[in-house]
Amino acid sequence: MPKPKMTFVERLYLPEISKGLALTSRHFFRNLWHHSLASLGLESRDRAMVTIAYPEVRRPYPLVARSRHRLTKREDGSPKCVACMMCATACPADCIFIEAEEHPDPAIEKRPRHFDIDMSKCVYCGFCVEACPEDAIRMDTGSFELAYFDRKGLVYDKEFLLNDDPHAVPAHAEPLSRGN
Amino acid sequence: MPKLSIDGREVEVPAGTNLIEAARLLDLEIPHFCYHPGLSVAGNCRMCLVEVEKAPKLQIACNTAVAEGMVVRTDSDKVKKARAGVMEFLLLNHPIDCPICDCAGECYLQDYYMEHDLKASRLEEGKNKKEKAQPIGPHVMLDKERCVLCSRCVRFTDEVSKTHELGIFGRGSTEEIALAPGKTLDNPYSGCVVDLCPVGALTDRDFRFKSRPWFLKETATICGGCAMGCSVVLDTNTNPYNKVGQDRAYRLFPRENREVNGWWMCDEGRYSHHSVDRGRSQGPRLRGKGVPADFALARLAAEAAPLVKAHPGRAAFLLSPRLTNESLFAFRRLAESLGVAQVEFGDDLKAEGRADGFLIQADRNPNSRGARELGLGPRPGVLGGRDLLKAAQGGAFDVVFVLEHALDPAALKALAAATKVLAGFHVQEPVEAGIYTVHLPLAHAFEQDGTFTNVQGRVQRNRKALEPLGDSLPAYAWAQRLGAALGVPQAPDGPEALFRAWTQGRPELAGAVFEPLAAAAPAAA
Ligand code: SF4
Ligand code: SF4
Ligand code: SF4
Ligand code: SF4
Ligand code: FES
Repeated sequence: MPKPKMTFVERLYLPEISKGLALTSRHFFRNLWHHSLASLGLESRDRAMVTIAYPEVRRPYPLVARSRHRLTKREDGSPKCVACMMCATACPADCIFIEAEEHPDPAIEKRPRHFDIDMSKCVYCGFCVEACPEDAIRMDTGSFELAYFDRKGLVYDKEFLLNDDPHAVPAHAEPLSRGN
Repeated sequence: MPKLSIDGREVEVPAGTNLIEAARLLDLEIPHFCYHPGLSVAGNCRMCLVEVEKAPKLQIACNTAVAEGMVVRTDSDKVKKARAGVMEFLLLNHPIDCPICDCAGECYLQDYYMEHDLKASRLEEGKNKKEKAQPIGPHVMLDKERCVLCSRCVRFTDEVSKTHELGIFGRGSTEEIALAPGKTLDNPYSGCVVDLCPVGALTDRDFRFKSRPWFLKETATICGGCAMGCSVVLDTNTNPYNKVGQDRAYRLFPRENREVNGWWMCDEGRYSHHSVDRGRSQGPRLRGKGVPADFALARLAAEAAPLVKAHPGRAAFLLSPRLTNESLFAFRRLAESLGVAQVEFGDDLKAEGRADGFLIQADRNPNSRGARELGLGPRPGVLGGRDLLKAAQGGAFDVVFVLEHALDPAALKALAAATKVLAGFHVQEPVEAGIYTVHLPLAHAFEQDGTFTNVQGRVQRNRKALEPLGDSLPAYAWAQRLGAALGVPQAPDGPEALFRAWTQGRPELAGAVFEPLAAAAPAAA
């Protein structure tokens, strides 16, 4: 890509610097004004806010946002997954590992013995969800704050993926921080 | 030879060839289910319909022999419509449970659906239900719903295994494959029906759910189960749950080789890939204690070298018909440089089974003929295996090297008592490894490159599909390390150089090249 050329005025340096400072100052004084009015109760705090006080305040996420995976369940609580490995095949990051076994119910035939996702490799593309013929894997837990002291914590196993609680922590991991 | 045109392209083929095979020569695939080159023509699936000029109706390519001047079209609208129609009928009651079907990825229905059909089912009533996941023999699982009634499996049991276990019963949409009354699919070649079945109706119980075929790596090699040396494909892969941490063998299936095994292989060979993980000897042992290889070799050299040097006549090598030609040659060369004359491969000690007149040979070793042709059999001045053991037990030898022979513990004890140094090399850990002064682990046949000479005298290429387990090494590599330790350095040849060395001066093998030997890609039938 060619480097953008600077005009003569831009190369003079000072005019551009003052432009930048003017922008920053405008925001500063605007916020000062609105915050002062809000503190005096003359207007709502909304107009003044420029950042969200995360993690105390959170933006609502759209329903289709992709967050960490979960495995959906049959009525009896066992995974819907039939270990077809379509998700593992579609995964561009190669981070889903499945070992299949015989299901005791011959009408189902196949189920996962192991189902691990290495979240440290996942790129949140959602291909696994698209590929699944059984609606057995979803990325709708709303949980995306995955932080652990150890990489092992990011390898989610079947038992953990079957847990719907968005704040669940894998048994083998020590949480770094939990937000609220 | 008749000349004909297929889709406007001329081809000349021997008389009697059918149109599917003729089209193959032009790299054209005529879709088919029931036709298999190794079985009689049944002509019941109607997938192979093609248009033949001057014929009033579409003809089945599998049962139409070529004729001079024939004009065949496999790509006309009429043919395409016929194929889509056949596919629709075949899929009408098909369960389409590809997610749990082991055949997915290798399924004719899947491939042909994508190529020739690609539309939704028009069936409004429910599909017919049939029995699923029924074990019909020790190795095979039957799913009646998935069957397309091509009758390949039935013809196999009638024509190839001649055991007649399977049949087609019922009629119309309730027609199904089933076992003949009172029978189970239990014949020495039963696994072949799984390869034959174009869909997932017959699946392998051993491979069941182990992996998806597209994850597996294929190696074209040969089976070491008997002297036939059937051409096979070995599928390997790894996953995080495999404790060995390196690729393991998943399945073995036959590779078309009309000179040796046709399209088939026996069940014993098919499941022999488990031997790669069964009871393997993985580390060198010094009187039973695990030690590093260098240490074991140094101790072996310290004890054996003076004895061999002083009396080469009191040293013996008992090689094995399980070793590759290259390994046998390397050990023969080592013995020559040590001045040891007693080098034998124990033809009379080897495992024997029952021959069945088809593929299975009585000799359950892959390379007896190769060893004999390398001049390692009993010969003047050299004792045969049994006599060698007897002489050794009587104290005729100070140093004996035993490679890949499952000697019984009593014989072994007597041998160890009568010799000063007893060195063993085996793929599987011997029951009493402590009897050997030094025991070194050998790589499995699937873990090394080399050649085996089968019972017909064909020199066949064995390919490495896996890394040797633990500290095991191919026998030729041990021969080289042993030579260095014993003070007779050997050329550090790889299998290819060893192959060139042993084939030299063999007029019948003049011009043989190591790499392309039997390198034919696995062919779909
Ligand atoms: S979201 Fe994408 S990268 Fe992550 S597991 Fe699914 S397919 Fe793989
Ligand atoms: S695609 Fe769905 S059913 Fe198949 S293995 Fe993945 S989660 Fe299980
Ligand atoms: S036989 Fe083929 S089409 Fe039928 S379920 Fe198995 S893979 Fe799918
Ligand atoms: S079981 Fe397989 S091989 Fe036998 S008739 Fe059915 S589809 Fe053909
Ligand atoms: S292959 Fe010709 S009818 Fe089946």
